[in-house]
Amino acid sequence: MAGSTGADRGWREGVRDGTPYAAATFVLAVSFGVVAVDLGVPAVAAVVMSAVVYSGSAQFAAVGIAAAGGGLAAAVGAAALVSSRFLPMGFALGPSLHGSRLRRAVEGQATVDSAWAMAARGDGRFDRRYLFGHSGTQYGAWVLGTAVGVFVPGLDSRALGLDAVFPVFFLAILVAEVRDRLRFGVALAGAAIALALVPVSPPGLPVLAATAAALAGLRAGR
Amino acid sequence: MWALVVLCALGTALIRGVGPAATGDRALPAPVVRVVVLLSAALLAALVVTTALADGDRLAVGADTAGVAVAGLLLWRRAPVLLAVLAAVVVTAGLRAAGVP
Repeated sequence: MAGSTGADRGWREGVRDGTPYAAATFVLAVSFGVVAVDLGVPAVAAVVMSAVVYSGSAQFAAVGIAAAGGGLAAAVGAAALVSSRFLPMGFALGPSLHGSRLRRAVEGQATVDSAWAMAARGDGRFDRRYLFGHSGTQYGAWVLGTAVGVFVPGLDSRALGLDAVFPVFFLAILVAEVRDRLRFGVALAGAAIALALVPVSPPGLPVLAATAAALAGLRAGR
Repeated sequence: MWALVVLCALGTALIRGVGPAATGDRALPAPVVRVVVLLSAALLAALVVTTALADGDRLAVGADTAGVAVAGLLLWRRAPVLLAVLAAVVVTAGLRAAGVP
């Protein structure tokens, strides 16, 4: 858990803590595979996409917009906007990684929401090996689940309720994360900003704009 | 389709890599650290509401919203993640079977 003050947590702890999230990621990946094939993405392309993009939110956005006839630029742009939250996350993570700039950039590819949030020690530093263990476990589940989703016939993600998995996944990390009134307030403010922007902005921007709540929380926390 | 896959991969790799490459070994200034500590709460809450209460660029409440609410209650009562996910799936699928959109 974030906030621990003892020794660095290693990759074993990362794998252990990441396993329940990997199970949820697997279900999420199945729903991505089903949705992608429904939208006309070739099965192999969907699995390769999961292997090389490794971001559920970006992949859902890209595939959804491409299928809606939004064009290549719009689809890639939406995916970039949706994953733009990794940008501030990467700046936060950077000093906790090792080696040259290139090596840090490569290590930063392990950034996914649950691994990043749980690798945080609560003092602004991150447990590097823990991040790799957590993220690696989820990566396997993400690629495998996508393969199941595209190759198992007859799955209907809406009828199976699989679209509820994505928000619950983030809610689980959030509930584990919010342990004081300040963070609770920041979470509420972030949710309010995002909801207010949904009708008036392209997908991804509401989530990025919600980071303003953390800036506001900085002032409130003084 | 392959152009989409390649460009999305390059885009996310760049977004993930640029922060670590830029910061190097330097420790972040104290105010930035305090923002970092609060960042995940804001980001995660925004992801939850935009996926549970919205459908693209419009607000939409449906069976999945009820499923997420049940899961939220379970998580609040310290239920395991997987149990909460399964409960959300069962509630959502059940409501859809009963005709809720």
